[in-house]
Amino acid sequence: MSVVTSYARALAVREGRAQPIATVRHLHLAADPLVFIPLRLAGEAAAPLGAMVGNDPARPHLLVVPQPRNRDLRFAFMAELARIMLPYIEGRAAATETVPGKNERERYLDAPQVIVPGRGAVEFVRLLGRSTRFRRPDGPYPVDPAVPVLGQWLTYLYERTEFAGSSALVPMTEALSLHWATGQSPMEDANLATLLAWVCPPPGRTGQEAAAAAEDPVLWPPAGPDTDPGFDARVLRPAIDAYDASGSPEPVREALRGQLEPTWRLMWRAVELLRGLPEAASVGERWAMDRDRYTREVARLAEGGPPRGRRDRAGSAAARLWDMESARQSYDAQRAYDDPLVMAEHRATGKAFAGEVVHVDRERTILLPGGKKPVSRPLVTVRTADPVRLAPGKKVFSAHRRRQSGEIVESDGGLVVVQLNDQLAKGAGVPGVGDAVCFTELDLGGRIRPGFPAAEETPWTHGGPPAAYEPTDEDAEEDWS
Amino acid sequence: MGFLTGPHDPAVRTDSRNDREDRVSTSTERLDALRGGAAPVDHNARTVAALAGNPGCDRRAVLDAAGISKRDTAVHLGHPAPFGQSPFALARARSFEELVKADRCAHLLRLLRETLGLPIPAIAYVDVPQAGGQATRELRHARTRKELRLAAESAVRDGSGDGTLVDHPLLTLPVAGHEVYLDPAVLAVQAGGRFHIVEIKSFAVIDGAADSAQVAAASRLSAVYVYALKAMFAAEGIDPGLVSHEVVLVCPKDFANHPTATLLDVRLQLAALRRQLSRLTRIDRILDRLPSDLTFSLEQSPAELARAVRTVEARYAPECLSTCEMAYFCRSDARGCGSLEVLGRVTRDDLGGLDSVDAVLDLAAGDRRASSEHAEIAEQLHHVHAIYRAHATAEAVVA
Ligand code: SF4
Repeated sequence: MSVVTSYARALAVREGRAQPIATVRHLHLAADPLVFIPLRLAGEAAAPLGAMVGNDPARPHLLVVPQPRNRDLRFAFMAELARIMLPYIEGRAAATETVPGKNERERYLDAPQVIVPGRGAVEFVRLLGRSTRFRRPDGPYPVDPAVPVLGQWLTYLYERTEFAGSSALVPMTEALSLHWATGQSPMEDANLATLLAWVCPPPGRTGQEAAAAAEDPVLWPPAGPDTDPGFDARVLRPAIDAYDASGSPEPVREALRGQLEPTWRLMWRAVELLRGLPEAASVGERWAMDRDRYTREVARLAEGGPPRGRRDRAGSAAARLWDMESARQSYDAQRAYDDPLVMAEHRATGKAFAGEVVHVDRERTILLPGGKKPVSRPLVTVRTADPVRLAPGKKVFSAHRRRQSGEIVESDGGLVVVQLNDQLAKGAGVPGVGDAVCFTELDLGGRIRPGFPAAEETPWTHGGPPAAYEPTDEDAEEDWS
Repeated sequence: MGFLTGPHDPAVRTDSRNDREDRVSTSTERLDALRGGAAPVDHNARTVAALAGNPGCDRRAVLDAAGISKRDTAVHLGHPAPFGQSPFALARARSFEELVKADRCAHLLRLLRETLGLPIPAIAYVDVPQAGGQATRELRHARTRKELRLAAESAVRDGSGDGTLVDHPLLTLPVAGHEVYLDPAVLAVQAGGRFHIVEIKSFAVIDGAADSAQVAAASRLSAVYVYALKAMFAAEGIDPGLVSHEVVLVCPKDFANHPTATLLDVRLQLAALRRQLSRLTRIDRILDRLPSDLTFSLEQSPAELARAVRTVEARYAPECLSTCEMAYFCRSDARGCGSLEVLGRVTRDDLGGLDSVDAVLDLAAGDRRASSEHAEIAEQLHHVHAIYRAHATAEAVVA
C-alpha cells in the first residue's frame, strides 16, 4: 500500500512507539465534535444496548436499553438519543455565507461532526438509520416524531462516509491511522485502546507493552458496537435478569457505564492528539463540501423530503459512483500536495520528484501546432535524487504552485527538464535557480461530472424510469424484533 | 475406512494401500505420543472449517492432526486465546433455528419452494431423532446414511422424484485419523435429483445484503457439511456429484424474524478444505523432521512445553488472531525475533522479500548491504529513509 507507512511501522517497532506518517492533520476537527459510542446486543443486527454520547468531555450522556429485546424500550432509547443528537445536528444550521459563482447559493458556516470509535460503529450508524427512518409518528405502530428524523440524519451521516475526505462522520481508529503508523498490524489497529497505546504509551513502557496490556477486555472494554462475550455472560446477563425481575434499570446502567467510560476517555484523548496537528491546506475546501451537503440536507428535510429508499436507483447510483471516484482521486492528490510525508510515497515510487532548480530558460518560446504566434514555454532544469519514472511528454503539476501544469521534456541521471505550460503571466510563475521545487503527475481533479441521465430518463437497460420512492405502510410498520 | 486418509477423495488415493497402512500406523503412534496421554479434542464443523485457516503452518497442522487442544495448550503456555461467544448470540441463534424448523420445517419448505424455485412437488420430511450419548451417535449416523441412500436411489431411479428433507442428520468425517461427528443445525434436502445442505444462521440479511465476514464464515462451515456429505455418498457407492456445491443459507430478513433463503456457492471453500485435509494426511513429512521423543503433554512445565512447541515451525500472521487459539503465543514469539509478519500482509508485500524489522531499517539506513534480490526494495527504502528523516524528525512525536 505504501512503502513509507510500512517503513514507519518497522521504525515504530524499533522505537517502541508509533511514528508519524503525516505532518499535518488531514481531516477537519470541529471545535466541539459530538462523540458517539454505540453498543449493540450480541447476535442482533441492530438492537441498541446503550450508548455514550455528547460534545462535552466532562458531561457524557449515558443511554441504556435495560431489556434490549423489548421493542418499546428500543424506540424509547432512539427517542432519547434524538433529544441529544438532533439539537446538536440541527443547531449547526445558523449563520450562512454566500457562495458566489454560476451556481450561487447560501451555505451554512458550520456543520455537524460526529466521531465514533471505528468502522464497526459507522456500520451500526447505518443500520440504526435504516431501522428508524421509515417509522411514522402515526398509524398502527406510532413512534416519537423525533425518531424518523434522527433516522434520516444518521443515514445522511453514514452516506457522507462513502466520500473520501468527508469529516461528517469520523471513525477514530481510521483518523489516527492516517497520521501514525504503529508497530502492530492494521487489523490490530482497529482496536482503539491498543492503537492509542502505541501512539502515546505511558512513561516507562513501550508501545508493545502498553498495547498488550490494553488487549485485556476487563481493563479496556471493547469500543463497540460489540461487547466482550465474557462481560455479556458474567455481568450483562445478570443485570438484564435483574431488570426483568425488579424493573430497575440501574444494574444495566452501571454495567454499561463501566464498559463505555474507558472508551469515552480514549476518544477525547484522541481528539486532543489530532488537535495537536496543524490543519492541512485542503481540509477547509473539503469541509466546505460537507457544509454544502449539510445545507442541502437541512433544506430537503425542511421541505418534508422522504427518507432515502432502501436501495439506490440506477441513475443516481451511477452519478454517486462517479462522485465517489472523483472525491477519492482529489483526496489522495490533495493530501500529497498538503504534506511532504504523503508526497514522499509518490517520490519513492517515481510518480513525483523534488529537488533544486539548477537552470532556467525563462525566455523560451515555441510555436504551438496550428498557431501563428510563438508562445512562452519556459524550461526549468531540476536536480533530484529521486528515482524519476516520468517519461518525456508526461503531464506534471507543480506541488508548490497548485494547478500550474507542465510536461517532462527529458529526464536523465538526476537532471529533469520541465516545460512550464501555464500560470506564466509576466513570468511570475517561473522559479529561480536555487529554488526547491516538486513536480508530480497527481491531478488535483475537480473535473465536472459528466451528465448522467436524470432519474426519469434512466435507460431501459437499467430498469427504466423508476417510480419515485414512496415509503410504504409496510416500511413504517416493519418489525424491529 | 483407512486411518488418516481423507474421505474418499481421489486426491489422497495416491499411495499404494500397504505402503499407506504401514506409514499410517507409525504416524498414529507418533501423534498419540505427541498428545501425551490426553484424550483427543472433539472436532466439530467449526474447528474443521478453521483447519483451512492457515494452511501453511506446520505447528497448527501437527497440533490438529494429533488432536491436541490448542486452547489448553495456549492456557498452559500463559497465552490464553481471547475467543468466546456471547450467551445472547447463542440464544438468538437457537431461537431462530427453532422458528425455521417449527412444525416439521413448515417455514423452510415454503422458502425452498418460493424463494429458490426448487422444483419440489412433494417433500417427504424425515427426522433422524436426536438423542444424546456416544452410542446413539452411531445409530443416528447409520440412520442418516440409510435415509440419504434411499433418497438418492429414488432420485436416480425417477430422474427427479419427490423431494426428501432430512432433519437432524448426523454426518461423519475422518480428520487426521479420527472420526469427527458433524451434528449440524443443517438439513439435507433432495430436490430435482440434487442434494443441498441447508444452513440456518441468525445474522440478518438487510435490504438484500449481509455482513460479508459472517457470510464467509457460513460458507466455510457449510463447505464442511458438503464435503462430509460427498464423502458419505462415495462410501455408499453413490455418485458424490449428486451433492450440490450450492448451499441453501437461511437467515432472518431485515430487522424482523422472518426467514429468507439464498443459494451460496461454496466451491472455493471446498477446494481450500480439501487441500488442508489432504495435507493433514501427509503429516508424516513434518513428523519426520521432529525429534523422536517430542511431546506436547501438559504435564510438563510451561517452559518445557514452549520449547517443545517451538520445535515445530509456525507461520504467524495477524489473521491467526481470529482463527487459531495459539495466536498470542505465536505472536509473542514472532515479535521476539523481530519478524515482519506481525505487521500484516500489506507491510510484508510493501517490503517485498525482507523478513525482519532489522533488515528493513538497516537497509534503509545503509548499515547493511543488500543482496541482489533485494537491491530494488533496498534502494527504495534508502530513499524513503532520507525523505522521512528530513520531514518526520522535524515534527515532534506527540508525547
Ligand atoms: S497461531 Fe501459531 S499455530 Fe496457529 S496458525 Fe498461526 S502460526 Fe500456526
